[in-house]
Amino acid sequence: MAKTIEEINEKIKKGNVVVFTAEEIIGVVKEKGLKKAAEEVDVVTTGTFGPMCSSSVYFNTGHASPRIKYGGGRAYLNGVPAYSGFAAVDLLIGANALPDDDPRNRVHPGEFNYGGGHVIEELVAGKDIKLEATAYGTDCYPRKKLETLINIKDLNEAVLFNIRNAYQNYNVAVNLSSKTIYTYMGILKPDIGNANYCSAGQLSPLLNDPLYKTIGIGTKIFLGGGVGYVAWQGTQHNPAVLRGDNGVPRRGAGTLAVIGDLKQMSPKWLVGTSMLGYGVTLSVGIGVPIPILNEEILQHTTVTDEQIYAAIVDYSDAYPNVKPSIVGEINYAQLRTGKATINGKKVPTASLSSYSRAVEIAGTLKNWIKTGKFDLTKPVAALPGAESGVSFKTLKERPVNNHIK
Amino acid sequence: MVSKKIVLHFPKRMVDRPLVSHLIKEYNLDFNILKASITPEEEGLMVLELKGKQEDFDRGVKFLKDTGVIIDSLSQNVSRNENRCTDCGVCLSVCPVGAFEVDSGTRKVKFHDKKCVACALCIKACPPRAMELHF
Repeated sequence: MAKTIEEINEKIKKGNVVVFTAEEIIGVVKEKGLKKAAEEVDVVTTGTFGPMCSSSVYFNTGHASPRIKYGGGRAYLNGVPAYSGFAAVDLLIGANALPDDDPRNRVHPGEFNYGGGHVIEELVAGKDIKLEATAYGTDCYPRKKLETLINIKDLNEAVLFNIRNAYQNYNVAVNLSSKTIYTYMGILKPDIGNANYCSAGQLSPLLNDPLYKTIGIGTKIFLGGGVGYVAWQGTQHNPAVLRGDNGVPRRGAGTLAVIGDLKQMSPKWLVGTSMLGYGVTLSVGIGVPIPILNEEILQHTTVTDEQIYAAIVDYSDAYPNVKPSIVGEINYAQLRTGKATINGKKVPTASLSSYSRAVEIAGTLKNWIKTGKFDLTKPVAALPGAESGVSFKTLKERPVNNHIK
Repeated sequence: MVSKKIVLHFPKRMVDRPLVSHLIKEYNLDFNILKASITPEEEGLMVLELKGKQEDFDRGVKFLKDTGVIIDSLSQNVSRNENRCTDCGVCLSVCPVGAFEVDSGTRKVKFHDKKCVACALCIKACPPRAMELHF
Protein backbone atom coordinates (compact mmCIF):
# COMPACT_ATOMS: atom_id res chain seq x y z
CA MET A 1 0.00 0.00 0.00
CA ALA A 2 1.45 3.31 -1.10
CA LYS A 3 1.81 6.10 1.45
CA THR A 4 2.00 9.86 0.98
CA ILE A 5 4.28 12.37 2.67
CA GLU A 6 1.17 14.01 4.17
CA GLU A 7 0.23 10.70 5.81
CA ILE A 8 3.73 10.25 7.20
CA ASN A 9 3.67 13.80 8.60
CA GLU A 10 0.35 13.00 10.31
CA LYS A 11 2.06 10.04 12.00
CA ILE A 12 5.00 12.24 13.02
CA LYS A 13 2.52 14.65 14.61
CA LYS A 14 0.77 11.79 16.43
CA GLY A 15 4.07 10.33 17.55
CA ASN A 16 3.57 6.88 16.02
CA VAL A 17 5.86 7.18 13.01
CA VAL A 18 8.15 4.20 12.30
CA VAL A 19 11.72 5.21 11.47
CA PHE A 20 14.92 3.22 10.90
CA THR A 21 18.39 4.27 9.83
CA ALA A 22 19.69 3.11 6.46
CA GLU A 23 21.90 0.66 8.36
CA GLU A 24 19.09 -0.77 10.51
CA ILE A 25 16.64 -1.11 7.60
CA ILE A 26 18.82 -3.77 5.96
CA GLY A 27 18.07 -6.23 8.80
CA VAL A 28 14.45 -5.11 9.16
CA VAL A 29 13.63 -5.91 5.52
CA LYS A 30 15.56 -9.17 5.70
CA GLU A 31 13.43 -10.20 8.67
CA LYS A 32 9.99 -8.94 7.66
CA GLY A 33 10.22 -9.09 3.89
CA LEU A 34 9.89 -6.14 1.56
CA LYS A 35 6.09 -6.02 1.33
CA LYS A 36 5.40 -6.09 5.06
CA ALA A 37 8.27 -3.72 5.86
CA ALA A 38 7.07 -1.24 3.22
CA GLU A 39 3.67 -1.15 4.94
CA GLU A 40 5.14 -0.70 8.40
CA VAL A 41 8.14 1.57 7.88
CA ASP A 42 7.52 5.26 7.20
CA VAL A 43 10.99 6.80 7.00
CA VAL A 44 14.60 5.66 6.51
CA THR A 45 17.27 8.12 7.62
CA THR A 46 20.68 8.47 5.99
CA GLY A 47 23.85 10.30 6.98
CA THR A 48 27.28 11.30 5.79
CA PHE A 49 30.18 13.26 7.28
CA GLY A 50 33.26 14.12 5.30
CA PRO A 51 35.29 16.87 3.65
CA MET A 52 33.00 18.69 1.22
CA CYS A 53 35.02 21.34 -0.55
CA SER A 54 32.38 23.39 -2.35
CA SER A 55 30.95 24.73 0.90
CA SER A 56 30.54 28.34 1.90
CA VAL A 57 28.85 30.78 4.26
CA TYR A 58 27.30 34.09 3.32
CA PHE A 59 26.22 36.72 5.82
CA ASN A 60 25.18 40.32 6.27
CA THR A 61 27.15 42.31 8.85
CA GLY A 62 24.76 45.24 9.21
CA HIS A 63 25.83 48.77 8.26
CA ALA A 64 28.65 50.62 9.97
CA SER A 65 28.43 54.34 10.68
CA PRO A 66 29.47 56.03 8.48
CA ARG A 67 28.54 53.46 5.84
CA ILE A 68 31.04 51.37 3.89
CA LYS A 69 30.39 49.27 0.78
CA TYR A 70 32.53 46.08 0.73
CA GLY A 71 31.45 45.45 -2.88
CA GLY A 72 34.27 46.32 -5.26
CA GLY A 73 36.70 46.48 -2.35
CA ARG A 74 38.35 43.76 -0.33
CA ALA A 75 37.37 41.95 2.85
CA TYR A 76 39.19 39.52 5.13
CA LEU A 77 37.91 37.31 7.96
CA ASN A 78 40.70 36.36 10.38
CA GLY A 79 43.06 37.12 7.50
CA VAL A 80 41.23 34.84 5.06
CA PRO A 81 39.86 36.63 1.98
CA ALA A 82 36.08 36.71 1.68
CA TYR A 83 34.17 37.41 -1.53
CA SER A 84 32.74 40.93 -1.43
CA GLY A 85 31.28 41.40 -4.91
CA PHE A 86 27.76 42.03 -3.61
CA ALA A 87 25.79 45.01 -2.38
CA ALA A 88 27.09 46.95 0.55
CA VAL A 89 27.54 44.63 3.54
CA ASP A 90 27.06 41.07 2.27
CA LEU A 91 30.08 38.77 2.32
CA LEU A 92 30.68 35.17 1.30
CA ILE A 93 33.52 32.98 2.52
CA GLY A 94 34.41 29.77 0.74
CA ALA A 95 35.80 26.72 2.55
CA ASN A 96 38.94 26.58 0.39
CA ALA A 97 40.01 30.23 0.84
CA LEU A 98 43.53 30.82 2.19
CA PRO A 99 45.20 33.85 3.78
CA ASP A 100 47.21 35.85 1.21
CA ASP A 101 50.38 35.17 3.20
CA ASP A 102 49.86 31.42 3.60
CA PRO A 103 52.99 29.69 2.27
CA ARG A 104 50.78 27.25 0.34
CA ASN A 105 52.93 24.62 -1.40
CA ARG A 106 56.11 26.72 -1.57
CA VAL A 107 57.61 24.12 0.71
CA HIS A 108 55.93 20.97 -0.49
CA PRO A 109 53.81 19.50 0.98
CA GLY A 110 52.23 22.64 2.47
CA GLU A 111 50.49 22.32 5.83
CA PHE A 112 47.38 24.46 5.20
CA ASN A 113 46.58 24.89 8.87
CA TYR A 114 44.02 27.68 8.56
CA GLY A 115 41.59 28.86 5.92
CA GLY A 116 37.95 29.39 5.02
CA GLY A 117 36.76 26.08 6.50
CA HIS A 118 38.31 27.02 9.84
CA VAL A 119 36.73 30.51 9.76
CA ILE A 120 33.33 28.86 9.19
CA GLU A 121 33.91 26.46 12.11
CA GLU A 122 34.90 29.33 14.44
CA LEU A 123 32.00 31.50 13.28
CA VAL A 124 29.44 28.76 13.99
CA ALA A 125 31.17 28.07 17.33
CA GLY A 126 30.33 31.63 18.38
CA LYS A 127 33.91 32.88 18.41
CA ASP A 128 34.68 36.49 17.53
CA ILE A 129 36.07 36.89 14.01
CA LYS A 130 38.21 39.83 12.88
CA LEU A 131 36.75 41.58 9.83
CA GLU A 132 39.00 43.87 7.83
CA ALA A 133 37.51 45.67 4.85
CA THR A 134 38.79 48.29 2.44
CA ALA A 135 36.64 50.13 -0.09
CA TYR A 136 36.97 52.96 -2.61
CA GLY A 137 34.36 55.24 -1.05
CA THR A 138 31.28 56.78 -2.66
CA ASP A 139 29.01 59.69 -1.80
CA CYS A 140 26.52 57.31 -0.20
CA TYR A 141 29.13 54.91 1.25
CA PRO A 142 32.00 57.27 2.18
CA ARG A 143 34.03 55.00 4.43
CA LYS A 144 37.17 53.41 3.02
CA LYS A 145 38.43 51.27 5.85
CA LEU A 146 36.94 49.11 8.58
CA GLU A 147 38.48 46.86 11.20
CA THR A 148 36.24 45.23 13.77
CA LEU A 149 35.33 42.02 15.55
CA ILE A 150 32.13 40.36 14.42
CA ASN A 151 30.13 37.56 16.01
CA ILE A 152 27.51 35.25 14.51
CA LYS A 153 24.96 36.36 17.10
CA ASP A 154 25.13 39.96 15.83
CA LEU A 155 24.92 39.15 12.12
CA ASN A 156 21.63 39.81 10.32
CA GLU A 157 21.73 36.58 8.37
CA ALA A 158 24.36 33.85 8.41
CA VAL A 159 23.64 31.10 5.92
CA LEU A 160 25.53 27.94 5.05
CA PHE A 161 25.27 27.53 1.28
CA ASN A 162 27.17 24.59 -0.19
CA ILE A 163 27.03 24.31 -3.94
CA ARG A 164 28.33 20.73 -4.12
CA ASN A 165 27.97 18.27 -1.24
CA ALA A 166 26.96 14.69 -0.53
CA TYR A 167 28.52 13.10 -3.62
CA GLN A 168 26.69 9.98 -4.71
CA ASN A 169 29.65 7.58 -4.63
CA TYR A 170 33.27 8.61 -5.14
CA ASN A 171 36.65 7.51 -6.49
CA VAL A 172 38.95 5.25 -4.50
CA ALA A 173 42.35 6.93 -4.75
CA VAL A 174 45.66 5.15 -5.33
CA ASN A 175 49.10 6.19 -6.56
CA LEU A 176 50.75 4.21 -9.36
CA SER A 177 53.88 6.40 -9.46
CA SER A 178 57.12 5.80 -7.62
CA LYS A 179 56.89 8.75 -5.22
CA THR A 180 54.48 9.79 -2.48
CA ILE A 181 51.78 12.22 -3.57
CA TYR A 182 49.67 14.60 -1.48
CA THR A 183 46.09 14.89 -2.70
CA TYR A 184 42.61 15.92 -1.60
CA MET A 185 42.16 12.17 -1.04
CA GLY A 186 44.99 12.20 1.50
CA ILE A 187 48.57 11.00 1.37
CA LEU A 188 49.01 8.31 -1.28
CA LYS A 189 52.09 6.15 -1.00
CA PRO A 190 53.99 5.04 -4.13
CA ASP A 191 53.31 1.84 -6.07
CA ILE A 192 49.76 1.51 -4.67
CA GLY A 193 51.05 1.72 -1.09
CA ASN A 194 47.54 2.47 0.16
CA ALA A 195 44.01 3.21 -1.04
CA ASN A 196 41.81 6.00 0.32
CA TYR A 197 38.05 6.25 -0.14
CA CYS A 198 35.38 8.77 0.83
CA SER A 199 31.76 7.70 1.10
CA ALA A 200 29.34 6.67 3.83
CA GLY A 201 28.39 3.78 1.49
CA GLN A 202 25.22 2.07 2.70
CA LEU A 203 24.37 5.11 4.88
CA SER A 204 25.04 7.75 2.23
CA PRO A 205 21.96 9.82 1.25
CA LEU A 206 22.03 9.56 -2.54
CA LEU A 207 23.16 5.91 -2.53
CA ASN A 208 19.90 5.08 -0.69
CA ASP A 209 17.81 6.92 -3.26
CA PRO A 210 19.91 6.22 -6.32
CA LEU A 211 17.30 7.30 -8.87
CA TYR A 212 16.26 10.48 -6.97
CA LYS A 213 12.71 9.20 -6.39
CA THR A 214 12.28 11.17 -3.14
CA ILE A 215 15.26 13.50 -2.68
CA GLY A 216 14.65 16.67 -4.68
CA ILE A 217 14.74 20.44 -4.56
CA GLY A 218 13.14 21.55 -1.31
CA THR A 219 13.83 18.34 0.64
CA LYS A 220 14.31 19.18 4.33
CA ILE A 221 17.52 17.69 5.73
CA PHE A 222 19.91 17.52 8.68
CA LEU A 223 22.63 20.03 7.83
CA GLY A 224 25.61 20.86 10.02
CA GLY A 225 23.73 19.84 13.18
CA GLY A 226 20.68 21.95 12.31
CA VAL A 227 17.96 21.95 9.69
CA GLY A 228 18.63 22.75 6.05
CA TYR A 229 17.20 22.14 2.63
CA VAL A 230 18.27 20.80 -0.74
CA ALA A 231 18.54 23.99 -2.82
CA TRP A 232 19.32 22.50 -6.21
CA GLN A 233 21.33 19.68 -7.75
CA GLY A 234 24.98 20.24 -6.84
CA THR A 235 27.59 21.36 -9.33
CA GLN A 236 29.05 18.49 -11.38
CA HIS A 237 25.78 16.55 -10.91
CA ASN A 238 26.33 13.67 -13.29
CA PRO A 239 23.39 11.25 -13.19
CA ALA A 240 24.14 9.33 -16.42
CA VAL A 241 27.20 7.40 -15.19
CA LEU A 242 27.60 3.62 -15.19
CA ARG A 243 25.13 2.03 -12.76
CA GLY A 244 24.69 -1.46 -11.36
CA ASP A 245 21.53 -3.57 -11.74
CA ASN A 246 20.32 -2.05 -8.48
CA GLY A 247 20.44 1.44 -10.05
CA VAL A 248 23.36 2.37 -7.79
CA PRO A 249 26.05 4.41 -9.58
CA ARG A 250 29.48 2.76 -9.83
CA ARG A 251 31.14 6.16 -10.26
CA GLY A 252 30.80 9.61 -8.70
CA ALA A 253 27.32 10.65 -9.87
CA GLY A 254 24.69 12.91 -8.33
CA THR A 255 25.46 15.80 -5.96
CA LEU A 256 23.41 18.17 -3.82
CA ALA A 257 23.48 21.91 -3.31
CA VAL A 258 22.29 22.54 0.24
CA ILE A 259 21.35 25.59 2.27
CA GLY A 260 20.44 26.35 5.87
CA ASP A 261 20.55 28.87 8.70
CA LEU A 262 24.08 28.72 10.14
CA LYS A 263 22.91 30.17 13.46
CA GLN A 264 21.25 26.88 14.47
CA MET A 265 24.18 24.68 13.37
CA SER A 266 27.08 23.37 15.43
CA PRO A 267 30.87 23.21 15.10
CA LYS A 268 30.71 19.46 15.75
CA TRP A 269 29.22 19.04 12.29
CA LEU A 270 31.13 21.78 10.46
CA VAL A 271 34.81 21.08 11.01
CA GLY A 272 37.67 23.08 9.47
CA THR A 273 39.86 20.56 7.69
CA SER A 274 43.45 20.60 6.38
CA MET A 275 44.68 18.31 3.61
CA LEU A 276 48.47 18.12 3.60
CA GLY A 277 49.89 19.40 0.31
CA TYR A 278 46.42 20.18 -1.00
CA GLY A 279 44.62 22.90 0.93
CA VAL A 280 41.87 23.63 3.40
CA THR A 281 38.25 22.57 3.30
CA LEU A 282 35.23 21.98 5.52
CA SER A 283 33.97 18.63 6.77
CA VAL A 284 30.18 18.73 6.69
CA GLY A 285 27.54 16.55 8.29
CA ILE A 286 24.41 15.88 6.21
CA GLY A 287 21.47 13.57 6.81
CA VAL A 288 18.53 13.09 4.48
CA PRO A 289 15.25 11.37 5.39
CA ILE A 290 13.76 9.06 2.79
CA PRO A 291 9.97 8.70 3.00
CA ILE A 292 9.01 5.09 2.30
CA LEU A 293 6.19 5.77 -0.14
CA ASN A 294 6.31 2.35 -1.80
CA GLU A 295 8.22 -0.93 -2.01
CA GLU A 296 10.60 0.26 -4.70
CA ILE A 297 11.79 3.18 -2.58
CA LEU A 298 12.26 0.87 0.39
CA GLN A 299 14.13 -1.68 -1.73
CA HIS A 300 16.68 1.01 -2.67
CA THR A 301 17.32 1.87 1.00
CA THR A 302 18.33 -1.73 1.76
CA VAL A 303 21.50 -1.37 -0.31
CA THR A 304 24.56 -2.78 1.49
CA ASP A 305 28.25 -1.93 1.29
CA GLU A 306 28.79 -5.21 -0.66
CA GLN A 307 26.47 -3.93 -3.38
CA ILE A 308 28.10 -0.52 -3.83
CA TYR A 309 31.08 -0.47 -6.17
CA ALA A 310 33.48 2.42 -6.77
CA ALA A 311 36.20 3.06 -9.32
CA ILE A 312 39.84 2.83 -8.24
CA VAL A 313 41.61 5.81 -9.81
CA ASP A 314 45.30 6.62 -10.13
CA TYR A 315 45.88 10.10 -8.68
CA SER A 316 49.44 10.35 -9.98
CA ASP A 317 48.41 10.41 -13.64
CA ALA A 318 44.85 9.46 -14.64
CA TYR A 319 43.19 11.98 -12.30
CA PRO A 320 45.42 15.05 -12.85
CA ASN A 321 45.56 14.48 -16.60
CA VAL A 322 41.85 13.67 -16.96
CA LYS A 323 42.41 10.21 -18.42
CA PRO A 324 39.31 8.01 -18.31
CA SER A 325 41.16 4.80 -17.45
CA ILE A 326 40.58 3.19 -14.06
CA VAL A 327 42.68 0.69 -12.12
CA GLY A 328 39.66 -1.43 -11.24
CA GLU A 329 36.49 -1.55 -9.17
CA ILE A 330 35.97 -2.45 -5.54
CA ASN A 331 33.03 -2.49 -3.13
CA TYR A 332 32.75 -0.68 0.19
CA ALA A 333 32.52 -3.86 2.26
CA GLN A 334 36.01 -4.78 1.08
CA LEU A 335 37.29 -1.25 1.65
CA ARG A 336 35.94 -1.20 5.21
CA THR A 337 37.93 -4.29 6.18
CA GLY A 338 41.04 -2.06 6.10
CA LYS A 339 42.75 -4.22 3.46
CA ALA A 340 42.15 -4.57 -0.24
CA THR A 341 43.85 -6.40 -3.07
CA ILE A 342 44.54 -4.01 -5.93
CA ASN A 343 46.51 -5.09 -9.00
CA GLY A 344 47.45 -8.22 -7.08
CA LYS A 345 48.89 -6.26 -4.18
CA LYS A 346 47.41 -6.33 -0.67
CA VAL A 347 47.23 -2.71 0.53
CA PRO A 348 45.83 -0.88 3.55
CA THR A 349 42.65 1.13 2.96
CA ALA A 350 41.50 4.20 4.87
CA SER A 351 38.46 6.44 4.80
CA LEU A 352 38.23 10.23 4.67
CA SER A 353 34.53 10.07 5.46
CA SER A 354 33.64 9.21 9.07
CA TYR A 355 31.32 6.22 9.17
CA SER A 356 30.71 6.53 12.92
CA ARG A 357 29.60 10.14 12.46
CA ALA A 358 27.33 9.09 9.58
CA VAL A 359 25.72 6.57 11.97
CA GLU A 360 25.31 9.35 14.55
CA ILE A 361 23.68 11.71 12.02
CA ALA A 362 21.23 9.05 10.77
CA GLY A 363 20.41 8.24 14.42
CA THR A 364 19.95 11.89 15.36
CA LEU A 365 17.64 12.52 12.41
CA LYS A 366 15.67 9.38 13.34
CA ASN A 367 15.20 10.76 16.87
CA TRP A 368 14.16 14.18 15.60
CA ILE A 369 11.48 12.58 13.44
CA LYS A 370 10.28 10.18 16.15
CA THR A 371 9.97 12.99 18.70
CA GLY A 372 8.10 15.24 16.27
CA LYS A 373 10.90 17.80 16.00
CA PHE A 374 11.36 17.25 12.28
CA ASP A 375 8.75 16.65 9.61
CA LEU A 376 9.17 15.78 5.94
CA THR A 377 8.80 18.02 2.93
CA LYS A 378 7.66 17.16 -0.56
CA PRO A 379 10.23 18.25 -3.16
CA VAL A 380 9.10 21.15 -5.33
CA ALA A 381 11.06 19.76 -8.29
CA ALA A 382 13.01 16.57 -8.96
CA LEU A 383 16.77 16.35 -9.38
CA PRO A 384 17.79 15.66 -12.99
CA GLY A 385 17.92 11.91 -13.51
CA ALA A 386 19.87 9.68 -15.87
CA GLU A 387 17.40 10.40 -18.67
CA SER A 388 17.67 14.21 -18.34
CA GLY A 389 20.69 14.60 -20.59
CA VAL A 390 22.52 16.45 -17.78
CA SER A 391 26.18 15.48 -17.84
CA PHE A 392 29.47 16.62 -16.40
CA LYS A 393 31.57 18.18 -19.16
CA THR A 394 35.28 18.89 -19.13
CA LEU A 395 36.54 22.36 -20.08
CA LYS A 396 37.18 22.90 -23.75
CA GLU A 397 40.03 25.38 -23.91
CA ARG A 398 39.98 27.90 -26.75
CA PRO A 399 42.55 30.46 -27.96
CA VAL A 400 41.90 33.96 -26.61
CA ASN A 401 43.50 35.94 -29.48
CA ASN A 402 41.49 38.99 -30.62
CA HIS A 403 38.88 38.46 -27.94
CA ILE A 404 36.84 41.65 -27.65
CA LYS A 405 35.13 42.30 -24.36
CA MET B 1 65.38 -8.59 28.93
CA VAL B 2 63.58 -5.26 28.66
CA SER B 3 62.58 -3.23 25.64
CA LYS B 4 61.73 0.41 26.19
CA LYS B 5 61.18 3.45 23.99
CA ILE B 6 62.77 6.64 25.26
CA VAL B 7 63.18 10.19 23.99
CA LEU B 8 66.62 11.82 24.30
CA HIS B 9 67.08 15.58 24.20
CA PHE B 10 70.66 16.64 23.50
CA PRO B 11 71.55 20.18 24.56
CA LYS B 12 73.37 22.31 21.98
CA ARG B 13 76.83 21.68 23.44
CA MET B 14 76.46 17.91 23.08
CA VAL B 15 75.15 17.52 19.58
CA ASP B 16 78.60 16.77 18.16
CA ARG B 17 79.58 14.12 20.71
CA PRO B 18 79.15 10.40 20.07
CA LEU B 19 77.12 9.05 22.98
CA VAL B 20 74.69 6.48 21.76
CA SER B 21 77.48 4.21 20.50
CA HIS B 22 78.58 3.73 24.12
CA LEU B 23 75.27 2.02 24.81
CA ILE B 24 76.38 -0.88 22.62
CA LYS B 25 80.04 -0.89 23.50
CA GLU B 26 79.86 -0.55 27.25
CA TYR B 27 76.33 -1.45 28.27
CA ASN B 28 75.51 -4.33 25.91
CA LEU B 29 72.32 -2.60 24.77
CA ASP B 30 70.75 -3.08 21.41
CA PHE B 31 69.00 -0.06 19.96
CA ASN B 32 66.73 0.95 17.12
CA ILE B 33 66.65 4.64 16.15
CA LEU B 34 63.00 5.52 15.52
CA LYS B 35 63.55 9.22 14.91
CA ALA B 36 66.49 11.62 14.99
CA SER B 37 66.66 15.33 14.28
CA ILE B 38 68.61 18.48 15.01
CA THR B 39 66.57 21.66 15.37
CA PRO B 40 67.62 25.03 13.93
CA GLU B 41 68.87 25.98 17.40
CA GLU B 42 71.05 22.88 17.18
CA GLU B 43 69.34 20.93 19.87
CA GLY B 44 69.31 17.24 19.12
CA LEU B 45 66.35 14.93 19.54
CA MET B 46 66.38 11.17 19.25
CA VAL B 47 63.73 8.54 19.80
CA LEU B 48 65.32 5.19 20.67
CA GLU B 49 64.03 1.74 21.35
CA LEU B 50 66.52 0.15 23.77
CA LYS B 51 66.75 -3.58 24.36
CA GLY B 52 68.88 -5.40 26.91
CA LYS B 53 69.04 -6.63 30.49
CA GLN B 54 67.24 -4.42 33.03
CA GLU B 55 70.55 -3.85 34.84
CA ASP B 56 72.32 -2.79 31.62
CA PHE B 57 69.36 -0.62 30.70
CA ASP B 58 69.47 1.22 34.04
CA ARG B 59 73.26 1.71 33.84
CA GLY B 60 73.00 2.91 30.22
CA VAL B 61 70.28 5.42 31.02
CA LYS B 62 72.30 6.64 34.04
CA PHE B 63 75.31 7.11 31.77
CA LEU B 64 73.27 9.24 29.36
CA LYS B 65 71.77 11.28 32.19
CA ASP B 66 75.20 11.91 33.70
CA THR B 67 76.43 13.34 30.42
CA GLY B 68 73.60 15.92 30.47
CA VAL B 69 71.14 14.30 28.08
CA ILE B 70 67.53 14.82 29.13
CA ILE B 71 65.47 11.63 28.94
CA ASP B 72 61.68 11.36 28.64
CA SER B 73 59.55 8.30 28.33
CA LEU B 74 57.83 8.18 24.97
CA SER B 75 54.20 7.46 25.74
CA GLN B 76 53.21 11.02 26.65
CA ASN B 77 54.55 12.59 23.53
CA VAL B 78 51.83 11.98 20.97
CA SER B 79 48.27 12.46 22.05
CA ARG B 80 44.89 12.82 20.46
CA ASN B 81 42.66 15.82 21.01
CA GLU B 82 39.36 13.98 21.38
CA ASN B 83 37.44 17.19 20.70
CA ARG B 84 38.87 17.41 17.19
CA CYS B 85 38.96 13.77 16.11
CA THR B 86 36.05 12.96 13.79
CA ASP B 87 36.82 9.22 13.59
CA CYS B 88 37.36 9.29 9.83
CA GLY B 89 40.27 6.87 10.04
CA VAL B 90 42.59 8.28 7.39
CA CYS B 91 45.42 8.00 9.95
CA LEU B 92 45.29 4.22 9.60
CA SER B 93 47.11 4.13 6.29
CA VAL B 94 49.68 6.70 7.41
CA CYS B 95 50.84 5.13 10.70
CA PRO B 96 53.78 2.77 10.11
CA VAL B 97 53.31 0.81 13.33
CA GLY B 98 49.55 0.23 13.37
CA ALA B 99 48.84 2.45 16.39
CA PHE B 100 45.35 3.27 15.04
CA GLU B 101 42.52 0.79 14.76
CA VAL B 102 38.90 1.05 13.67
CA ASP B 103 36.55 -0.60 16.17
CA SER B 104 34.57 -3.10 14.11
CA GLY B 105 31.42 -2.41 16.10
CA THR B 106 31.29 1.34 16.60
CA ARG B 107 33.53 2.22 13.62
CA LYS B 108 35.28 4.68 15.93
CA VAL B 109 39.05 5.04 15.63
CA LYS B 110 41.12 3.86 18.59
CA PHE B 111 44.61 5.24 19.25
CA HIS B 112 46.97 2.80 20.99
CA ASP B 113 49.59 5.18 22.38
CA LYS B 114 51.70 2.28 23.66
CA LYS B 115 52.33 1.21 20.05
CA CYS B 116 53.15 4.78 18.95
CA VAL B 117 56.80 5.47 18.14
CA ALA B 118 56.32 9.25 17.84
CA CYS B 119 57.35 9.37 14.18
CA ALA B 120 54.82 12.23 13.86
CA LEU B 121 53.56 11.22 10.41
CA CYS B 122 49.97 11.43 11.63
CA ILE B 123 50.30 14.99 12.94
CA LYS B 124 50.01 16.76 9.60
CA ALA B 125 48.15 13.95 7.87
CA CYS B 126 45.18 14.26 10.23
CA PRO B 127 42.57 16.39 8.39
CA PRO B 128 41.03 18.04 11.50
CA ARG B 129 44.50 18.20 13.13
CA ALA B 130 43.48 16.10 16.13
CA MET B 131 46.90 14.52 16.70
CA GLU B 132 49.31 16.53 18.82
CA LEU B 133 53.04 16.13 19.37
CA HIS B 134 54.52 17.23 22.69
CA PHE B 135 58.29 17.15 22.99
